[in-house]
Amino acid sequence: MELQLRGITKRFPGVVANEAIDLDVRPGEIHALLGENGAGKTTLMNILYGLYRPDEGEIRIDGRPVVFRDPGDAIAAGIGMVHQHFMLVPVFTVTENVMLGIESTKGPFGFLDRAAARARVVEIAREHGLAVDPDAVVEDLPVGVRQRVEIIKTLYRRSQLLILDEPTAVLTPQETEDLFAVMRSLRTAGTSIIFITHKLNEVLAVADRITVLRRGRVVGTTTPAEATRESLARMMVGRPVELEVDKGPAKPGPVVLEIRGLTVRDDRGHLAVRDLDLEVRAGEIVAIAGVQGNGQTELVEAITGLRVPIAGTVRIAGREVRFDPRRIFEAGVGHIPEDRLEDGLVPGFSVAENLVLNTYHLRPYSDGLRLRREAIIATATELVDEFDIRTPSIFNDVANLSGGNQQKVIVAREFSRPVVLLVAAQPTRGLDVGSIEYIHRRIVAKRDEGAGVLLVSTELDEALSLGDRIAVIYGGRIVRILDPAEATPELLGLLMGGAHPEAGLPEAVGAVEPGGRADG
Amino acid sequence: MADETPRPSPIEAEATGTGADQLTAPTAAPPAQHGGFVAALVAGASRGLVPALAIVSAFVVGALVIILSDRRALPLWPSDPLRALGLSLESVAAAYSALLRGALGDPATYVAAFGSGDPQQIVAAFNPISESLLSATPLIFTGLAVALGFRSGLFNIGAEGQLYIGAMFATYVGFAVTGLPFYVHLPLALAAGALGGAIWGFIPGLLKARTGAHEVITTIMLNYVSYRVIDWVLKQPFYQREGRTDPISKIIEPSAQLAPIIEGLRVHWGFVLALLAAAAISWLLFRSTLGFEFRAVGLNPAAARYAGIGIARTLVLTMSIGGALAGLAGTAEILGANKTLTAGFSPGYGFDAIALALLGGSRPAGVVAAALLFGALRAGATPMQSATGIPIDLVVVIQALVIMFVAAPALVRAIYRIRAPAVSGVEGFSKGWGA
Repeated sequence: MELQLRGITKRFPGVVANEAIDLDVRPGEIHALLGENGAGKTTLMNILYGLYRPDEGEIRIDGRPVVFRDPGDAIAAGIGMVHQHFMLVPVFTVTENVMLGIESTKGPFGFLDRAAARARVVEIAREHGLAVDPDAVVEDLPVGVRQRVEIIKTLYRRSQLLILDEPTAVLTPQETEDLFAVMRSLRTAGTSIIFITHKLNEVLAVADRITVLRRGRVVGTTTPAEATRESLARMMVGRPVELEVDKGPAKPGPVVLEIRGLTVRDDRGHLAVRDLDLEVRAGEIVAIAGVQGNGQTELVEAITGLRVPIAGTVRIAGREVRFDPRRIFEAGVGHIPEDRLEDGLVPGFSVAENLVLNTYHLRPYSDGLRLRREAIIATATELVDEFDIRTPSIFNDVANLSGGNQQKVIVAREFSRPVVLLVAAQPTRGLDVGSIEYIHRRIVAKRDEGAGVLLVSTELDEALSLGDRIAVIYGGRIVRILDPAEATPELLGLLMGGAHPEAGLPEAVGAVEPGGRADG
Repeated sequence: MADETPRPSPIEAEATGTGADQLTAPTAAPPAQHGGFVAALVAGASRGLVPALAIVSAFVVGALVIILSDRRALPLWPSDPLRALGLSLESVAAAYSALLRGALGDPATYVAAFGSGDPQQIVAAFNPISESLLSATPLIFTGLAVALGFRSGLFNIGAEGQLYIGAMFATYVGFAVTGLPFYVHLPLALAAGALGGAIWGFIPGLLKARTGAHEVITTIMLNYVSYRVIDWVLKQPFYQREGRTDPISKIIEPSAQLAPIIEGLRVHWGFVLALLAAAAISWLLFRSTLGFEFRAVGLNPAAARYAGIGIARTLVLTMSIGGALAGLAGTAEILGANKTLTAGFSPGYGFDAIALALLGGSRPAGVVAAALLFGALRAGATPMQSATGIPIDLVVVIQALVIMFVAAPALVRAIYRIRAPAVSGVEGFSKGWGA
């Protein structure tokens, strides 16, 4: 299918989300749509999918102008969309989910013809290398497989143009590779794909052409051959971007975090952290590298008081702490939690209220009984300005901010007070390049101010570029602490998979899976 | 990013009209950045729009109910629809005007009363309004109790039981303590009523905090316990009125009674107390450190815990304060209106409270407005029945319809073609059904 967007403009009250956008997608092409959060990618795709009507401009398919009143029209025209948040019924099987909405029936009473649907699911899956069990119940499937189900759903509806909205945000590196293989297979079969992302490596790896949006406008269209990570980042952000972290050598001081024999159970009662020892010094960044699910979450929860360990001690600045969030806060710990919206923010609170979420009870924000509005507003106004939080006002609900700006609210709150230890768990997950660069700079600045930083990241690049020491975690234990100079990706990959390279025993090289959490 | 000017996304832009009040919420003037007073007015109006339309819709459907149950008009529909329509509309007009007169008074009576210049007549003309405010008084208290719970993510269905236990405590202090001047005795009786309710709220709060027992279950069960406690206490010699065999308490000492605001009318100082309580709860929720904790726990308990807020403490405190408010509802009713405790004296004030909290958007000012409406409906219902023969039950139907429309804002928006506002997490009550 050949798609042409001509002069698409969409205005919302007070803002032009898309302005005179032209976009061509050729048959059998992977066309990446690149842009920061809020650049207008999603609005444009919602117009293409019939969820919004454009104020101006037209959509042409194979040269003919079309008007989509609702997603039904778009689907009928051969457009399929895989949303960031999947639209699947958890208790249905894969086949049932795929046939939902266009159920095939048989017999006079219109019984569901599951067999026919199943056969087509199997066929589509085989054709494009989408490994899926058609009879599996969706809620039992990992995220990567659910995404395949969504893709099969669109192909089942005979889509010739597939919109993938940030498909890799939820995938592991291996699953991302699998997805790219599927995308290439679809391209070979003549399907066009619009691939929305803000990850530069992926764009260069898989796209045929790249269109960059910034502030609702097309900045330009290029190809992976002509573009580099740096040039794309510059197009997205509108200025040169530091992709590498710029930091001087660490000047380690006294120990600010001392963990001895820490043992923590997870929610299901299994041992997630086992007899773990670790030290972080003032003025250094210790990066915990590991495959997700090897105890990182529980380790951070224990250090920050959200989870009470079954054994072991944590000392902060030399003093043993009780495992209670407020005590640990008072001991001088800042915490950027892994799950922003779950732990770090109250979405229904305003930006101002979230900025004082853990200091509201202290002077000058409270006199013990009463909140002091003026002080809160003054601080919030200052922080919004200093940390460049994009919000119409400090009184807007945090729920209405973009992901990057939500993270900035947390960063502003945790970085603006003096801390001896900063615990940052996945601080840049799901953020665009501009925000990532910004948050990395802030973390390094915090280190240079003399705070100890414990960084937990599943992004290997991040751990390697930020960490002054790399602590590899596997199966709830720190298996090795490396200097970044000796920590090659290969060695890290082996250690993260549970191998012992120096002993010549790469017993579990292939087992780089989130299976390190064996029962205790 | 540094060279970009702040640019709101579409969603953010839509939210600016309504989301401006979170830090200060309903009581405060808006921040200057939002265009001052006018913006506040617009925000306030749009917040009340759906409830207002829900009320209008309820009266329209209520009119249909009257038409469909009009025995005079019903047989005429096939033969003479015009006449049937005329008769039906007459019935509707008669019913609603009688309801209005019963709730707010008859203009003719006002004119006559003021014309005569007789103070007694003037006071009497205001009797309907007095009755409306009298009915609204316990509803304001219980509505606040439930609304406060919603704000902390708790579904307090136990306001009825808390009301009874509060009334029981207040009654005892009201008749058993003698020889005190009213300025000591009355506050003492009020405090006792609040304490009784607080105890009855504290129990489910503690159960939830310690064991995770769901407050919906425990409060419903404690309602039943409270009924039987009242039955029991009313049969005890120290409590039951001398010389009576039926379950009725001794009479409240005059020094513990809430006096009428105006002599000759029944509305008493408990109404003023209820308004003060609404102001206090509003301050508590939106201006105090404690209220910040309540709302944080209600909107996102995980983040509240992360921020160092004691969840258990918040749950227990919310339930206790809510219980105290509900206890004051029963107390005001006894000390102000009934002067004695009987079993079943509450016609479900504690259950209407859930509707009031919903209708009022869990905001103290909204609860007061909703309670005034329900109070007026209640007060106007009896005069309507005696004047037109349309049963009191119509009022119950209208109340139910109001709640239905309020609970289905999408329906109201669809009927009146209003654009949906940007979603915000303000209405935290649904959290009560969570884990």
